[in-house]
Order: sequence, then C-alpha cells, then structure tokens
Amino acid sequence: MLFKLILFLWLSLVIVAGISFPITMNPIHWNELPMIPGLEDKARIIFFHAPLAWVTTLAFLVSLFHAVRYLGKKNFNDDIRSSASAGLGIMFCILATVTGSFWAKFNWGSFWNWDPRETSIFVLLLIYGAYFALRSSVEGEEKRATLSAVYAVIAGVTALFFIFVMPRIVEGLHPNEAIIVRGRISMNSTMLIIFLCSLVGYTALYMWLLRLRVRIAQLEFQLLEKGN
Amino acid sequence: MIRSTIASILVIFKKDLHSELRTRYALNALLMFVITTLSIILFSIGNESVSPELLAGILWVIVFFSSMSGLSRTFISEEEKGTVLTLHLLARPLTIYYGKLIFNTILLFSFNIFTVALFLIVVPGFTVANYGIFTITIILGTLGLASASTIIAAIIAKANTKGTLYPVLSFPILLPLLLTLINATKLSVDGAVLADAIGEFRIMISYMVVLTVISSFLFEYIWKE
Repeated sequence: MLFKLILFLWLSLVIVAGISFPITMNPIHWNELPMIPGLEDKARIIFFHAPLAWVTTLAFLVSLFHAVRYLGKKNFNDDIRSSASAGLGIMFCILATVTGSFWAKFNWGSFWNWDPRETSIFVLLLIYGAYFALRSSVEGEEKRATLSAVYAVIAGVTALFFIFVMPRIVEGLHPNEAIIVRGRISMNSTMLIIFLCSLVGYTALYMWLLRLRVRIAQLEFQLLEKGN
Repeated sequence: MIRSTIASILVIFKKDLHSELRTRYALNALLMFVITTLSIILFSIGNESVSPELLAGILWVIVFFSSMSGLSRTFISEEEKGTVLTLHLLARPLTIYYGKLIFNTILLFSFNIFTVALFLIVVPGFTVANYGIFTITIILGTLGLASASTIIAAIIAKANTKGTLYPVLSFPILLPLLLTLINATKLSVDGAVLADAIGEFRIMISYMVVLTVISSFLFEYIWKE
C-alpha cells in the first residue's frame, strides 16, 4: 500500500515537472530546462516516451530470461513470469509507439516514416503479437510454455540482427544525436534529474504491475489445479 | 559416431524426399502458387513501367509467401500421418532436425530457381546488371530462409491453427533477412560491384549460421513435447 502511494506521488511529480517546467535559452533558476535546437517544447516527450521504450525493452528481456530459465528447469512459475512480462511489454510497446508517432508528426511531419527506431519498435510489436498468437493456439499448459519459450528465444536472437541490418537500410532521424552531442549530454542537471526520475518511476511501475500479474496468474493456476 | 549421425541424417532426408516425390504435394502446390502469384502481379502491372528496384522487392514477396505455403509440410505431415512416435523411437532429435533442414533447403532451392527464372523471363523491366551479386543473394537467401522456417515449422506442427500461424510467426524472425535480401537484390539491379554487397552477404551468412545453431539447441525441446 505504502509502495503504491509513493509510486503515485513519484510519477505525478515527474509528470507535472516534465510538462510544466519552462524551457529557456539560458537556464538560471533551478526549475528551468535548456533549449535544445530543433526540439524546443517537443523535447518534453523524452520524459515519457524514452522511459516507455526502455520498459518495453526491459519487459522483453525479462520475458526472455524467464523463457530460458523455464527451458532449463521446467518450473511453471517461470512460464507465468515470462508471459506476464510479455503481456506488460506489449502494452508499453503500444504506448511507446503511439507517443513516438505523435512526436514524429510534429517534428518530422508525418506519423510514420520507417525510421530505424520506428522499424525496430514495430518489429518488437510483431514479435509480441506473434508470441501471443502462438500461446492462444496451443493446448496444454506444458506444451504452450515450452513452445512459447522456444519462440521467445529465437525472436530474441533475431532481434539482435536489427542492430547490424538497420543502419545499412535507412538513415536515422531519431534525435539521440541532438541530445547527446559528441558524447556530451545537452541536458542540464534539472532535465537529467527529471529524466532519470521518470526512468526509475516507470521501471518501478512495471515491476509493481508485473508482481500483480504474476500473483493473479499463480492464483488462477492454483484454482485450476484445485478444480481438477 | 559422426559417421553414423551423418548416415541417419541422410536417411531422414531420403525418407522425406521419397515421400515428397511420391505424392508431389509441396511440388505441385508450390508450382501453382508461384504461377498464380506471378500472373496476378503481371495483371496488376499491365502496361505500367515499374522500377526494377520495386520489382526486386516483389520477387522476395513471392519467395516469402511460397516458402510459407510449402515448407511447413515437413513437420505437419508427420503429425497428420501419426509417424511422430516412430521417428521418436528411430532417431535422435538432432538428426531429425538436420534431415528436415536439408530437405527444406533443397525443396526451397529448386523452387527459388524456378521462381527466379520465371520472374526474369516474364516480368518486363526486371533486368539484372550484376549477376554475381544476384546469384549469391539467391543462394544465401535460400539457405537463410530454410534455416529459419524449419524451426518455426517444427513449432507450429504442435499448434492448432497451423496454416495461418506460420507466416505470422515467421515474419518477425525473417524480417532482418528479407530486408537484407531486398537490399542486395537492389544492388544487383543497380549494377553495383561485388565489393559493395559484401556487408549484406556477411549479414546473410551470420543469420543462417546463428539460426541453424540456435535451432539445433532448441529443437530437442519442441520435439519432446
């Protein structure tokens, strides 16, 4: 309960600060954010979009980790964790795609233009979708767990290829370059603190949701076993 | 040990080849599939002039979907005929996987030769400037496609909705390969020199090797289910 309250206050503060703090050319006061050329007010998306994208990746890695553990130990809890994390991942993935797409409309002029980042998040969305399509079409818990774990591992391995493939296909427009200029981050300390707080907040939100989902799934599983 | 493993891999491959040549299910279906798809594309092109770069993409769309309709048979037919348990008794999982992989590779290879030859003959405006890049792309593409789709075929043989699930599961896995293949085919159409496409070939080779290795690790888990 206390954790929930702290998380609520934490995320509220991050959201309020991220939206309301003024952006100025030369930040003097503690609450002023720096102007990043080419981004201006649109830079605020970083407080929400980047943590969402980070959690999407994290959820996929957690899912992958538990899939591998399931294949090794055949412990059913690992399958529950793996699928629960993938379920959250698909939600965060959709949110990250939508927020990124809105930002792209105002910065690049169209909602979608197959930028490397857009392509990679689209592929992640496809992988999540295929994962759940597979899960829903396999009968028998053990079979479902094994097949989806195997698929998650194969998908995880091929996803790595995009790191090498994408730069050869299209030029990147994603503004990492605007924010990290020659190794130096062009955020001031206020912006950096809000950004890091947002990362921590969203990660905690994910972990809290994951624990809830795992508990629900475990209880459902126990009910099912009692029923039999 | 190694010799007996290779021998049993070849036995599995020969078994599949014989049963395929006897029924010619995949051969006939794929043949008609390629002809149908090509004629639809030709009808829709009509008298328009389409850029060769676009046609390079269309070629791989045909190859992708024809392999999706043909390669899933290897494992599904075992489930349908009820021969899975016999195979369990007779051979180790690894030899079954490699036997099926070789069969799928040869099947896909013969079909890609047919598709590409037909594509070059009947599609107006598709001219390849550098046949060296083009040939290597077709060969490496076939190997990569076969390596990824064999393991997915093994997964979907255990699922309920087999036919529709196959392209859904395969597409995200094959996407890095397909993008690279389309890129390399574009290079061959544009008349690039062989050295320009080395990076693409590297990705294709590493894709094939990684997928084959990881599949041979994971196949045992699927097969035991």
